[in-house]
Amino acid sequence: MWCFSVLKYIVLTERDNVATALENIPIDSEIQIPLKNNLIKLKQEIQFGHKFALEDILKGDRIIKYGETIGVATCNILKGFHVHVHNLEGTRGRGDKV
Amino acid sequence: MIDLQGKKFWGYRRPDGRVGIRNHVLILPTITCATKVANQITELVQGTVSFVHQHGCAQVGVDYDQTFRTYVGMGCNPNVYAVIVVGLGCETHQARSVFKEIEKTGKPVKLVSIQDHGGTLDAIAEGAKHAVQFVQEASMLQRELCDFSELTIGTECGGSDACSGLSANPAVGYVSDEIVKMDGTVILAETTELIGAEHLLANRAKNSHIAKRVYEVIEQMEARSVLMGVDIRSGNPSPGNVKGGLSSLEEKSLGAANKAGTSTLNEIIEYAETPTEKGLVWMDTPGHDIEQLTGMVAGGAQLVLFTTGRGTPTGSPIAPVIKITTNSPIFEKMKENMDVNAGTVIEGTETIEEVGERLLSEIAAVSSGKLTKAEILGQHDFGIWRIGPTF
Repeated sequence: MWCFSVLKYIVLTERDNVATALENIPIDSEIQIPLKNNLIKLKQEIQFGHKFALEDILKGDRIIKYGETIGVATCNILKGFHVHVHNLEGTRGRGDKV
Repeated sequence: MIDLQGKKFWGYRRPDGRVGIRNHVLILPTITCATKVANQITELVQGTVSFVHQHGCAQVGVDYDQTFRTYVGMGCNPNVYAVIVVGLGCETHQARSVFKEIEKTGKPVKLVSIQDHGGTLDAIAEGAKHAVQFVQEASMLQRELCDFSELTIGTECGGSDACSGLSANPAVGYVSDEIVKMDGTVILAETTELIGAEHLLANRAKNSHIAKRVYEVIEQMEARSVLMGVDIRSGNPSPGNVKGGLSSLEEKSLGAANKAGTSTLNEIIEYAETPTEKGLVWMDTPGHDIEQLTGMVAGGAQLVLFTTGRGTPTGSPIAPVIKITTNSPIFEKMKENMDVNAGTVIEGTETIEEVGERLLSEIAAVSSGKLTKAEILGQHDFGIWRIGPTF
């Protein structure tokens, strides 16, 4: 089970390609992601509870949180951008796609 | 008074051997036409509870069965000392049939029919007279020391946000595992909000039959959205969930599944059915807060753990609902509705295990009589999951 120190964000598993903000994080913030050995500059303000991309995610790629698929990208999402309903699409319960 | 260390609580032993943590006299209307009479009785007689609904007539087949099972389950729940079943007389869901099922528990139960008793006022008088006697009898019962193994605890998340899967749901998962270790029963529900997490539960199923059922139950729920030709996201995640950062049903589900801890999945039951196994049990319900709450309480849950990120007032007429916030701001903002704050996990001042232990103490206290906020505010929510049309 994970344990938080005083973090601005959380990455739940090494497989994840998104992080979740644990407070409102301003645009242009530089964030070190130890789990990914990566430095990210936020391209948008990220609200508490919302997600941002840890790497470039291509259109159609799976978006991973908790080490599991939470949807697919509906367009290319560059590292540091907000990931939400405008660029992530759920694939389950899609009666509209039948 | 309350033995929190020993994980025991003070409960009411019922004639059928089960233990209640409340001692209600329930006025149970089995048809929408009888809800007025039922509520008038509660206004006349202190210590009675009831609820309003719009069902009980012109229902058929499995839909009839499910509503019937819900009425019976509410009456049989061990939190209820005695029941007055109120019917109209000509309806599909005959009050007498519900009465006969509740009578089998050995608890005091009376039947009032509006048509047989000559109308609204006489029915109210008849019901109120029985209620006076039941309330006085109930007041003389003594609590006795009971074991956590006698608890059936429902788990639920409503008004989820992105913290639900990080703080409150994992804390409830810790509690679920502890209750299971103590030979108690935990109900996981909201099938809709397990879509996308089914493989994790199937891997923990007691046997291959239950693992297969996990996929079948999920498929049936998903098929309903396909049948309607709609994107399930138009209803779930809800606008509040999306505002809180949840982007898809799968993301919500992976957070919601945390409530079930890590125990073996022992059984899958239908809506409002009573578990036959101890340990972790999954009840097939929709994600709708009140419908799943009603299903679990009708299934015999004496207590419900309810996590929320957006904040909801949810409560049941007969079972205490402990509201657990996923983040501290909503705990402060809706303090009069909330019981326990798990937002400390997000702030890093408490671990999931520490919040889980606080929750176990709260369960012992509430099971022994401490009132929850929803009880104090008289939040008597009730809603039946309908699975067929009205004719």
